[in-house]
Amino acid sequence: MIEVIDYKAGNLTSVVKALNFLGAETHVTQSPDDVRNATKIVLPGVGHFRATQLLHDLQLTAATREAIANGVPFLGICVGLQWLYDGSTEAHSTDGLGHFNSTVERFPTHVQDAELKSPHVGWNSLEAIREDSRLLRGIAPGSFVYYTHSWRAPVSADTAAATEYGGLFTAAVERDNVMGVQFHPEKSGETGLQILRNFLGL
Amino acid sequence: MLTKRIIACLDVRDGRVVKGIQFLDIIDAGDPAELAHRHAALGADEIVLLDITATHEGRGTLLETVKRAASQLFIPFTVGGGIRSAADAEAVFTAGADKVSINSSAIARPELIGEIGASFGAQAVIVAIDARRATVGTTPGNAITDAEVYVSGGRKPTGRRVIDWAREAEDRGAGEILLTSMDSDGTRSGFDNELTAAVSSAVQIPVIASGGAGNAQHFADVFKAGRADAALAASIFHFGVTSSRALKEELAAQGIPMRLPC
Repeated sequence: MIEVIDYKAGNLTSVVKALNFLGAETHVTQSPDDVRNATKIVLPGVGHFRATQLLHDLQLTAATREAIANGVPFLGICVGLQWLYDGSTEAHSTDGLGHFNSTVERFPTHVQDAELKSPHVGWNSLEAIREDSRLLRGIAPGSFVYYTHSWRAPVSADTAAATEYGGLFTAAVERDNVMGVQFHPEKSGETGLQILRNFLGL
Repeated sequence: MLTKRIIACLDVRDGRVVKGIQFLDIIDAGDPAELAHRHAALGADEIVLLDITATHEGRGTLLETVKRAASQLFIPFTVGGGIRSAADAEAVFTAGADKVSINSSAIARPELIGEIGASFGAQAVIVAIDARRATVGTTPGNAITDAEVYVSGGRKPTGRRVIDWAREAEDRGAGEILLTSMDSDGTRSGFDNELTAAVSSAVQIPVIASGGAGNAQHFADVFKAGRADAALAASIFHFGVTSSRALKEELAAQGIPMRLPC
């Protein structure tokens, strides 16, 4: 069963709708046992990083770690991607999962004296797509996806695609079965649906 | 790089689009869900549905409409009109909207911005501002800085300055500003680029321009001189511009970053 984790961080309805549209049977859960027994896990999320504290409080962090260690495909979306890292400067006292070792930070307010609008809202392009990425298979470089966020993860060896906004940042991260996207695939038209299809096909 | 957005806007009354689009192969030009899907297929970057139904009884119809439109939409979908409380907003989100637009209810009770944002995220709250340049009792140079916020379809002055209210909306957690120039609205002679640029410079959040578009060049102007991050397209489709895609191709030819292909 594909478990979509509900930690009260915004609207997960559109993620479920997109997955169902693609033919997937999904279950929305807050149960660690459901997560442990999942065939795939999706962690959506919008809003403030501190909302991920609920994952610790509900014992979902440990369950997620177990599932990941067992090779279960995991996809974090937006704040769900950010949670995969050590933490975020948006909420200093909330730990991330620590699967990827960097800190999520805010966009700069200015770039070469010009003010950078924040949040980063709209369609921006995927660049430097890693050839071995299974999540982004078939996605052409320069494809557009939809973003709405003010914090972002730096580029690292696990970055599967980057986007330019005040410098390059991690658009998608992927290491084996653990994946994340900063953009909203459920709001990114055909490109987004293809990425979700790739995840469902793993 | 981040592209400028063309947002297709549908005005809806009692579950029907007020001014349908003359697409050749649409049987029913008045169904909001059908038109939303059609705009998305023809390259719109986002959809806005504004409910202008006068009566409270129409709310049920609106939620049904939102549900039907959202079910097949995989681009951002904003709903505005008559949202007066966090509960109203929740009903709209549950029906499938990604963002809500609030206008007079926000000016009447600015706390509403933060209330909706607290539950659904700041990015989900757009504050819509209807503006008129100052005319009476001000020097020509202050027409922009003293531009005034209006409510009730641009008829009732509020005594609030547009730029001050935009800044307050940002401070209270609005994700974006939707700025409509009531002076330009319906004129088809262009957006109010000066006013839009002034508001865009005053806040760090994105600004969506609205009011006055008659051709593709007007969009180019509002993105450049007007410093807008996005622009609403509605009546433009009645006057020779056949689709968002066609509009975006013209703008891309002028060097404006656009999501293409779409």
